[in-house]
Amino acid sequence: MDFNDTPEQAAYRAEVRAWLGANAEPRKDRPSVNRRLDAEEGLKLAKAWQAKKADAGYACRHWPVAHGGQDRPMIETIIYDQEEANFDVPTGFFSIGLGMCGPVMAQYATQEQQARFIPPLIRGEEVWCQLFSEPAAGSDVAGLRTRCHRDGDDWVVNGQKVWTSGAHYSDWGILVARHDSSLPKHKGLTFFFIDMKSPGIDIKPIKQINGGSNFNEVFFTNVRVPDSQRLGAIGEGWQVAITTLMNERLAVGDAPPPDFREVMKLAAACKLDGRPALEDSSVREKIADWYVEAMGMKHTKARTMTALSQGKVPGPENSIGKVVSAPKLQSVSSFGADLMDMGGVITDPSLMPSDALFQQSFLYSPGLRIAGGTDEILRNIIAERVLGLPGEIRVDRDVPYSDIPTGS
Amino acid sequence: MNFDFSDAQKALKQQTRDFLRAACDTTVPRRVLEDVDEPFARDLWRQICANESPGIAIPEEYGGIGFGYLELCVVAEEMGRAIAPIPFSSSVYLAAEAILQGGSEVQKERLLPGLASGESIGTFALSEGPGQATAANLQATLRDGRLSGTKMPVPDGDVADLCVVVARDGEGVSLAVVDLASEGVSREPVDTLDPSRSHARITFDGAEAELLGGAGQGWAVKDAVFDRAAVLFAMEQLGGADACLQMAIGYAKGRYAFGRPIGSFQAIKHKLADMYIKNELARANCYYGAWALSTDAPELPVAAAAARVAATQAFHFASKENIQTHGGIGFTWESDCHLYYRRSKLLALSIGSERVWKDRLISGLERQEAA
Repeated sequence: MDFNDTPEQAAYRAEVRAWLGANAEPRKDRPSVNRRLDAEEGLKLAKAWQAKKADAGYACRHWPVAHGGQDRPMIETIIYDQEEANFDVPTGFFSIGLGMCGPVMAQYATQEQQARFIPPLIRGEEVWCQLFSEPAAGSDVAGLRTRCHRDGDDWVVNGQKVWTSGAHYSDWGILVARHDSSLPKHKGLTFFFIDMKSPGIDIKPIKQINGGSNFNEVFFTNVRVPDSQRLGAIGEGWQVAITTLMNERLAVGDAPPPDFREVMKLAAACKLDGRPALEDSSVREKIADWYVEAMGMKHTKARTMTALSQGKVPGPENSIGKVVSAPKLQSVSSFGADLMDMGGVITDPSLMPSDALFQQSFLYSPGLRIAGGTDEILRNIIAERVLGLPGEIRVDRDVPYSDIPTGS
Repeated sequence: MNFDFSDAQKALKQQTRDFLRAACDTTVPRRVLEDVDEPFARDLWRQICANESPGIAIPEEYGGIGFGYLELCVVAEEMGRAIAPIPFSSSVYLAAEAILQGGSEVQKERLLPGLASGESIGTFALSEGPGQATAANLQATLRDGRLSGTKMPVPDGDVADLCVVVARDGEGVSLAVVDLASEGVSREPVDTLDPSRSHARITFDGAEAELLGGAGQGWAVKDAVFDRAAVLFAMEQLGGADACLQMAIGYAKGRYAFGRPIGSFQAIKHKLADMYIKNELARANCYYGAWALSTDAPELPVAAAAARVAATQAFHFASKENIQTHGGIGFTWESDCHLYYRRSKLLALSIGSERVWKDRLISGLERQEAA
């Protein structure tokens, strides 16, 4: 047991570190570039950074050569990501494209389409989004209502998607829609990739409880999609979507700060009854709980990394990531505000410790427990796929979609 | 990065698991639990000693086989899974570690071979009854090589041959090793939450005691021993927690209610998913603790505390929710659920409660921060 790179990995890490050192700024205490910029400016910088990274051979290294990668072991991508995390670089615009859309195109698109779309995706020249969730289809995404019907060489799409990150600046999107309501719900779905600039697409930002707008509603009115942009067979949309969602659940795992470090620093600075809060045993117990969770996640990742670095398939332990980190973020934020006592309600960054990070996270964290699979759905997945418990008894599986009760 | 046990260590683990599955199914802890005249499973202990398990991490020059702590950790996990009713933890994690950490060369040469072979059983006595034992409130006193005072509960204190005792020594605290057969030692079993592991109340009345480690160094050595033992106890807790999860899964798949397996209800699924999550967090912390123990890393105090806290939480949760998953049958004496429930609380309080370990964890982080 050791935590060292192999000589080959160490050499690669050194190379990556040198390249990053020459091309990016180390992360500092001040807010990251990603927080200082508005979306438009951020996107411009992010595109430039992604292109630079791709030119240097650090983007999608583990993808097959045929799909624009270099067929290198996954561990090299992880090493790059670990090193890049120490630098303040503009990121976040391409994670859906690279994490979900790229892999699905690589699996289902034609050779010509792959040659056309994958290289610009890797270089960040084109941004992708994912159009699955709907107002009436969240956890039960297979219950989606957006319709599509064949018209000549095209399909015509009508309906509404929701929670689409980056729809307003995306060039392309992946979409699943219902082509036949007389079939059982999972069998009547078909999958496409679409031009987000197509006529009939209307995008409206959603205002979240934290005041931000990271997501959109997307409305489709007679949007025409060529049949050549269908991914998988007609009626195979659910299988294609599932592949994509599994990638999403791997991609969404980490929560941003604050974590035990930040709350410990805060507790050392805040007074309770005239003494540092960190001396209070109830405070110490809580921080210890979060430390154990944070280290549990960190070392679980190390186990996954070990498997990857030995060329093995990681075990199921990685599935616990978001269901641990998202609720932890919520409790840490709430407790951080508590430590500030009556003043803990203030959200003006100029007046608050850590620029009101705890208050901002308090309002942001509920979303993380829902995005990419709710706490409840993730527990179902662990119970059924990891522990092998029997599936839910379903009332909606084998009946025509049109006969399923909707409550409306 | 190689954060995994080696193939040889995994093979040892499998071999230990297979051995214990055959030699220590749950009828064995149940037998010891129910039979007041059998303080531990002597037949199993003889086999464990024949397998040289107690000497796994004890260096060869002291009669052990000198494999190392990762090997001891994988064995500990299996001991925990089997809820083995033997004095393994007292003798190996506590007594042998105390002698390795505090003993002189002469003491190591004299005392360790017996513990390594299992001919001699050792234990460690700190607690003096309800309430946290601290350097300030210890009553047991060492004076001129003689020990007086009462210790309880002492794990395996009724069957052990030697005992390392934490006692007041002038202004400070020292460790002393006592031959429990010597004059001035009287002992009687005490009833505990888990009778499958016997405990005693030992009264020392001017018993001959030999200083272990420097005079006044006892509390620091005790801390060092407990840091090391914490990882090993945590591995046992992890094994026990996994056994509970497997037991609960088996029952949830086979038990039908309302016309369907109860494992198809989300209330049960989520409960068992939570068990799995806690167990995996504990496993990751335990493995890191095992690494720190095996390499004597400066991170050991924090890593050990984190492993201890995570594993205590995991086993407690798994053992109580295993009963809940079983429903009424889980509350019966005949069901095995209570064997784990008892053991989880016993292990949670051996070497100090979760609260104490959380405090040690934060103190360790504060020291790291200051450094």
